[in-house]
Amino acid sequence: MTITDLSSDADTAARGVIDPSVPLLSVQDLTLGTGTGGRRPVPIVEGVSFDVAAGERTGIVGESGSGKSLTLRAIAGLLPGGVQVQSGRISYGGTDLLTMSARRRRELMGPEIAMVFQEPMTALNPVMRVGDQIAEGPRRHLGLGRKEALDLAVQMMARTGIPDPARRARAYPHELSGGLRQRIMIAMAVSCGPKLLLCDEPTTALDVTVQLQVLKLLERLCADTGTALVFVTHDLAVVNQTCSDVDVMYAGHIVESGPVAEVFRAPKHPYTRGLLESAPDFDRPDRELVPIPGFPPNVADRGPGCPFAPRCGYVTDHCWTAMPPLAAVAPGRLAACFETDRLGDPL
Amino acid sequence: MTTTPAPPGVEVTETEAEVGTTPGSPPVDTARPVRSRTLKPWYRNGTLVVGLVITGALILIAVFAPLLAPYDPLQQNLQQALQDPSSAHWLGTDKYGRDVLSRLIWGARVDLRIGFLAVLIPFVVGTVVGALAGYFGGWFDTVVMRVVDVFFAFPFYVLVIVLVFVLGAGESSIYLAIAAVSWVAYAKIMRGELLVAKKQDYVVAARLGGMSHGRILLKHIAPNVMSQALIYAMSDIVMDIMAIVTLGYLGLGIAPPTAEWGSMILDGQEFITTQWLQATIPGLAVVVTSLGLSLLGDGLSDHLSPERRK
Repeated sequence: MTITDLSSDADTAARGVIDPSVPLLSVQDLTLGTGTGGRRPVPIVEGVSFDVAAGERTGIVGESGSGKSLTLRAIAGLLPGGVQVQSGRISYGGTDLLTMSARRRRELMGPEIAMVFQEPMTALNPVMRVGDQIAEGPRRHLGLGRKEALDLAVQMMARTGIPDPARRARAYPHELSGGLRQRIMIAMAVSCGPKLLLCDEPTTALDVTVQLQVLKLLERLCADTGTALVFVTHDLAVVNQTCSDVDVMYAGHIVESGPVAEVFRAPKHPYTRGLLESAPDFDRPDRELVPIPGFPPNVADRGPGCPFAPRCGYVTDHCWTAMPPLAAVAPGRLAACFETDRLGDPL
Repeated sequence: MTTTPAPPGVEVTETEAEVGTTPGSPPVDTARPVRSRTLKPWYRNGTLVVGLVITGALILIAVFAPLLAPYDPLQQNLQQALQDPSSAHWLGTDKYGRDVLSRLIWGARVDLRIGFLAVLIPFVVGTVVGALAGYFGGWFDTVVMRVVDVFFAFPFYVLVIVLVFVLGAGESSIYLAIAAVSWVAYAKIMRGELLVAKKQDYVVAARLGGMSHGRILLKHIAPNVMSQALIYAMSDIVMDIMAIVTLGYLGLGIAPPTAEWGSMILDGQEFITTQWLQATIPGLAVVVTSLGLSLLGDGLSDHLSPERRK
């Protein structure tokens, strides 16, 4: 692809016309790590690839430190200081986000890609009325006037299920409950009609009943508007409720991916299986919970083999020396395990 | 919002709000007007009220000096020099027979005016420079902070006195000297605030939403961080007034015969054994002013600090 091609792609993406033949979001062989120049680079996320089609809802699950949030932040262009993209490509509608100018990228954020943060308290400006905060994006990106933008904000608040939105629009964040604040965050994120919504554990700070409402809301909004969702969480139940596809991450790698229902019914990677076996299942309360022994490896001293090998019940000699590739194990299913065939029956 | 002002000690007045209307979701969402819990009204903040009363009274005295002062502060009457307090001269007279009370009242005008005005330039310059340094970082930040370090190496009063000495006595020299020295404190405060603020999720979110740096600084960050600079400004006015009085005392301030507290102390000190009121009264005026402004600053810091909003 030539440089002129790239720029015209960016123009189409910025106008919101997206080539339907390419996935909406495509992450290819993404490696994120610390240390450049003289220091020994330490990869935190290694060789992560996945595609998100328009309207698809993808969950990324993994434990703390698995690199799921960093992957999401790399897509949003929000990598913390000290972490860089070391290789790979993140393209949106065929346009590479990583080589795009900062200015052009800012044009995309809001009308094309939006993000919902984890903490609804800190992600809202404490001294600005929530209506004004929601209206800010539409004013900037859709060129609306003050009044129209505020009307749109109130509409958005109504769509996110906030009762009495006109009155609440004049409230400050501290006057609202956690659930309402998260709804405001979502209203803010979808106010410009993005095609891709990035969610970084948006329900972790909420209690369980409110969590369910917010998940249902996200699901409904995405279904109504055809917005694609990338949903990062450590909570398997949340993925089950919200997403159609799931990528399971462990120690910086995607170890398994596929449709949620199939992955959860018959996991093809020992780690996924371990996760499911260690989580309570309300349909089968008598099932024994099996913890995964050991701890996740330190990013700095991973061996050459499979990162899960030290904790794995199916480990063979081969696992210690070579990293299993993420390969097709069934139609639509990928797993990175040499011993996937030995894995037991469906859960 | 149905916010009832809570009596002291009483926790939230909670309004059970209308329930969520999302289709298919159980109605659990509530909205609480939390304001009544976290923000006690300003008039219940004792420190703030006392500070406001003292400072307000002093400002009124300064503004209405021509009406309040019983005599012309410059009117000499050598036959009545060095009198004790009497019904005619409540605080006595100085060595030229001028009424001490009138000079004290007119002195408030000079000292407060210079004190308040002298804060403005360093406040603006310091907050802007410090905010930019903290927000953008990089070489600008490095340069600004090294300059700030140099200024901080010298005591405030020493630098101001030296600068006024070099620039020549007088009001404009005082403004210049104070501006040159005290902007660094604002810069340092604002830089620190910005280092924290720019990492806040709401700033990141605004950035992610495609907002420009200017808009983020003015709309999102400034309202959240200005209170610290404002609170410091209160104690800075105290420092400035002390500096003006000190300069007056050293003969570097406002030229005589203008009534000014520092020069009144200077004039009065030679009679300290016989007419001690002459040096003590303007000294007390400085103390009361400082007290008022300090209380005001403390009260404001209580009232405005962001922790109270959480």
